[in-house]
Amino acid sequence: MLHSRKRRGALLAAASVAMAALVLSGCSSQRDAGTGDETGDADVDGTFVFAASSDPAGLDPAFAQDGETFRVARQIFEGLVGTEPGTADPAPLLAESWESSEDGLTHTFSLKEGVTFHDGTEFNAEAVCANFDRWYNWEGLAASEALAYYYTKLFRGYASDPSSAVYASCSADDATTATVTLNQPFAGFIPALSLPAFSMQSPTAMAEFSADEVGGTAEAPTLSEYATAHPSGTGPYVFEEWAPGEQVTLVANEDYWGDTGQIDEIIFRTIDDPTARRQALESGSIDGYDLVGPADTAALEEDGFTMVSRPPFTILYLAFNQAVPELQDPLVREALSYAIDKDALITQVLPEGTEKATQFMPDTVNGYNDDVTTYEYDPAKAQELLAEAGYDEANPLTLTFNYPVNVSRPYMPDPEQIFTVLSAQLGEVGVVTNPVSNEWGDYLDLTSGSTDHGIHLLGWTGDYNDTDNFVGVFFGAQSNEWGFDNPALFQALQEARGIPNLEEQSALYEDINEMVATFIPGVPLAHPAPTLAFDPRVESYPASPVNDEVFNQIVLTE
Amino acid sequence: MLRTIGKRLLLLIPTLFGLSLLLFFWVRALPGGPAVALLGERATPEAVARINELYGFNEPIVQQYFTWMGQLLSGDFGVSLQTGRPVTEEFLRRFPATIELSLLALILAVGIGIPLGYWAARRHGKFTDHASVVLSLVGITIPVFFLAFILKYIFAVQLGWLPSDGRQNPRIDATHYTGFYVLDGILTGEWDAAWDAFLHLLLPAIALGTIPLAIIVRITRASVLEVQNADYVRTGAAKGISRATLRDRFILRNAMLPVITTVGLQAGLLLSGAILTETVFAFPGIGSFLAGAIFNRDFPVLQGFIIFIAIVYALINLLVDVSYSVIDPRVRVS
Repeated sequence: MLHSRKRRGALLAAASVAMAALVLSGCSSQRDAGTGDETGDADVDGTFVFAASSDPAGLDPAFAQDGETFRVARQIFEGLVGTEPGTADPAPLLAESWESSEDGLTHTFSLKEGVTFHDGTEFNAEAVCANFDRWYNWEGLAASEALAYYYTKLFRGYASDPSSAVYASCSADDATTATVTLNQPFAGFIPALSLPAFSMQSPTAMAEFSADEVGGTAEAPTLSEYATAHPSGTGPYVFEEWAPGEQVTLVANEDYWGDTGQIDEIIFRTIDDPTARRQALESGSIDGYDLVGPADTAALEEDGFTMVSRPPFTILYLAFNQAVPELQDPLVREALSYAIDKDALITQVLPEGTEKATQFMPDTVNGYNDDVTTYEYDPAKAQELLAEAGYDEANPLTLTFNYPVNVSRPYMPDPEQIFTVLSAQLGEVGVVTNPVSNEWGDYLDLTSGSTDHGIHLLGWTGDYNDTDNFVGVFFGAQSNEWGFDNPALFQALQEARGIPNLEEQSALYEDINEMVATFIPGVPLAHPAPTLAFDPRVESYPASPVNDEVFNQIVLTE
Repeated sequence: MLRTIGKRLLLLIPTLFGLSLLLFFWVRALPGGPAVALLGERATPEAVARINELYGFNEPIVQQYFTWMGQLLSGDFGVSLQTGRPVTEEFLRRFPATIELSLLALILAVGIGIPLGYWAARRHGKFTDHASVVLSLVGITIPVFFLAFILKYIFAVQLGWLPSDGRQNPRIDATHYTGFYVLDGILTGEWDAAWDAFLHLLLPAIALGTIPLAIIVRITRASVLEVQNADYVRTGAAKGISRATLRDRFILRNAMLPVITTVGLQAGLLLSGAILTETVFAFPGIGSFLAGAIFNRDFPVLQGFIIFIAIVYALINLLVDVSYSVIDPRVRVS
């Protein structure tokens, strides 16, 4: 039968048609497959697929510092303190109220009743103290920046060296009252507790699965059993499965103390290529993703996808390395400030929702100074000051301009474009810039690890509402990045950190911001607003400047 | 024959030793280190120093090499700097995905390539022949990642006919035993899962298999052209032997030797092409993980994975050599 060419041709045609039909029918069923459980809204697909840019580093947020690990942790865990929706201000969460002593050393928390961890353990004051003591008693590898990044940075010391520790002790006064005592006042203590690193975890589960046994050797630390498969928190979602490199699956917590929302299953799908994430959204295989590239926002919005801007909690700045002799002259630094047109920069290359910066932190942080000295765009003034400093056409100010390539950060979505705009603006006033670009890793080595750079672009995404988390990080001590020694500034920041009273501290920070503005270590450019993109069925998403985004608050239309 | 196989396996040892030496030093010649990759902006010089200390990157490089060699010989390939899990575990977890992908790509390449090459040779000088030559040229010259991107853009994003990424639709609750998702679906009777896994393989396999396909078409065509004009074929045809027998036993059997060699070499192309294809399709195999390891300077993974891949490649080629004597008994594997 196959010998006849006509028959063979017909057979081939029939086979291809059949194949195509099968493929197409397979595809349409792919979209309808899996309508999720019936525990949520019956008319809404309760399974929510979110694309993450990388696998979580682990499931124990106490040992984490990256955004993707925290994204998953936020669904599973809760802390004593949360945030007011859409802001960085502390709000009650597992602690319904708290009282802090005048000297800032004693904090008493009144806990929520009737809350249980996912493994059934009761959440009470004892559990709270178990968590605080756990962090304090870490030893060896666990007690280092490599693992316990936030605890080391903020609480500084451990049981092995109590004199340097901020934390002293915790006592469970009764089932719903816990008192934490500090050795030194830490005004940012309450806001810091909203960080996922300080979530309340089940002491029973941590003990059973050896949460503190970060195994392996010092050369190759490995995750504990707890962090690999048994995280247990109080949050609206329970951990179900982690297929490394592929996805993390969470299901709704049936015994949750609050509102479980419309979503009953979350799947965090790992897709590390940003274009692939966008295409996955467009093809319908995911429901949303974060950090949309600036080139994609307009197109996605036009195609009907729900775009959400996260209120900015970032700062993008142009830093002046004062190890460079030209930049040591305050006239030069002032001139450069006047030469920058921030509005133009924002309109041209920064995302929708970006705010102009007047200081090195966003306005949602305590200590923001509304009346800080600013240098409004004035190219004529810039040229005047440069002339005064001894530069002119024959002898122009020449600077190395460092910027990174092949990277996109929440505060700096497209460094190459930002560089182009700024160097053009500087060129307008007669400044000659020599571009030096590096890959991200090398760039950080160069700008933060050495003094061998000129003016450069960098920034920061805040972790929580504390001025020290911004200005303290940049200007708290002498550094290779900024290259200056300003003992008055360092001293002021050190002092401010120690003030127990938030009001008093904010006032001091306002003064510090003014000090920084007149010193001009660099130009604070903007607070870029990162964007998230969602399937049109997502009506609203609880965007938070500090990424406190729990999915039980997502509203879906289908 | 067994002695030859034994000898070949023994030769593997000095090959791998030399490879490990090259690998170790090349990887460390990459600018930047894992500490900065791990910490990002929060990389203060103190933190970087601490991480370098923890992982032993401060020791003299020769000492690091011997430490690593020692671990290697006891089966310890180290731990991934990105995930904290043993390198061997990461490889074994992801390898089935790449095997599934490469296998489908190879099946497509061979299954379409050999008939097409044969067809072109039989119609030598006619339109079919010219068309296949031109098409195979196009297939060889298109870069894999570009093809992958175009296929994905057209068929997944614009037309929505096929999935755009991953191995399985997350909404399908599939059980996985072996790590080969299509097989798993069949074994557990979850037909929708098996079919879904197959659909996810299709586009990446087409992208990955295009270059091998093009090469196989050309080699088959050339080989068949050479064989079909041989005397014994014409004698056979003159004697009235059926077309099917002529095709299978006279022509193809004799033309296959160069083609089989090519297929063995394609295994290498598939593994390297997998890196780009898997990245474009967010396919969680060893290729995409290797790509990540390069960006994050994950030395243990780079070293371990490349050695594993070298072993696989050597074994495949050994298999190919052994298969010669099956196809053509005149060939002794010596």
